[in-house]
Amino acid sequence: MSVDLILFLILAVVAVATALGMLFSQNAVYSALFLVLNFASIAVFYLLLGAPFIALSQVSVYAGAIMVLFLFVIMLLGADRLAPAKVLPWQRPLAIALAFVLVIEAGYLLLFRSAPVGGIFPPSATFGSPQEVGSMLFNQYLLPFEVTSILLLVAMVGAIVLTKREKGERG
Amino acid sequence: MVPVSYYLALSAVLFTLGALGVLVRRNALIIFMSVELMLNAANLAFVAFTRVFEVLNGQIFVFFVMTVAAAEVAVGLALIVAIFHTKQSIDVDQMSSMKG
Repeated sequence: MSVDLILFLILAVVAVATALGMLFSQNAVYSALFLVLNFASIAVFYLLLGAPFIALSQVSVYAGAIMVLFLFVIMLLGADRLAPAKVLPWQRPLAIALAFVLVIEAGYLLLFRSAPVGGIFPPSATFGSPQEVGSMLFNQYLLPFEVTSILLLVAMVGAIVLTKREKGERG
Repeated sequence: MVPVSYYLALSAVLFTLGALGVLVRRNALIIFMSVELMLNAANLAFVAFTRVFEVLNGQIFVFFVMTVAAAEVAVGLALIVAIFHTKQSIDVDQMSSMKG
């Protein structure tokens, strides 16, 4: 077994375990922290795959900005645990069975039906470097990049409008 | 050298766990986190294919997916805060009426 494979297996165990921890912890703060660890392990996968720029944006955008926003809202609402509500008795077993079907189907399609692709060799020195990503982003994908800025503006306006209190409303 | 199918299998498992979270949990915040997990699983598959086919387009797509995810989280969390102010709960089973 090569070093890469050992590293991959350990990180895969960490990623799946933190995803399960996110799913099944009762406290929403613990879920958010498990998810931060999951994002960090996926960032290391990106490094292994020769995508250093994406790995660092993953850490700063996902593990930094988005999860801070999540933790802020959880603590703002004080909604870290819900009162156990009445649940449909058949809903949870059915969901687990359907998820099992989904993983079997996705695994079959990805592993046996997709184009035969081989192993991953060590990347060349400049592959995926910020310079290459940037030059492709600003030449070939310039229009989508500009549309993205409008999307972010709309999201910003939407968030402000949704949380703004109407005049005269008590709160 | 790691076969690319390992990465795809991991991506499928993470995506399924995210879908399971959306189905099983009733807390709207945790449902949102599960959606983020599914987006990340898709990103992992994108980057793995980028590596295999030696073209950078996949990494650009991952960049755009991250941007859309950030916008989605901003609007979604604002919605959750607004719903909490009217209903005092973020249990998705409570959000069954169209009005009030």
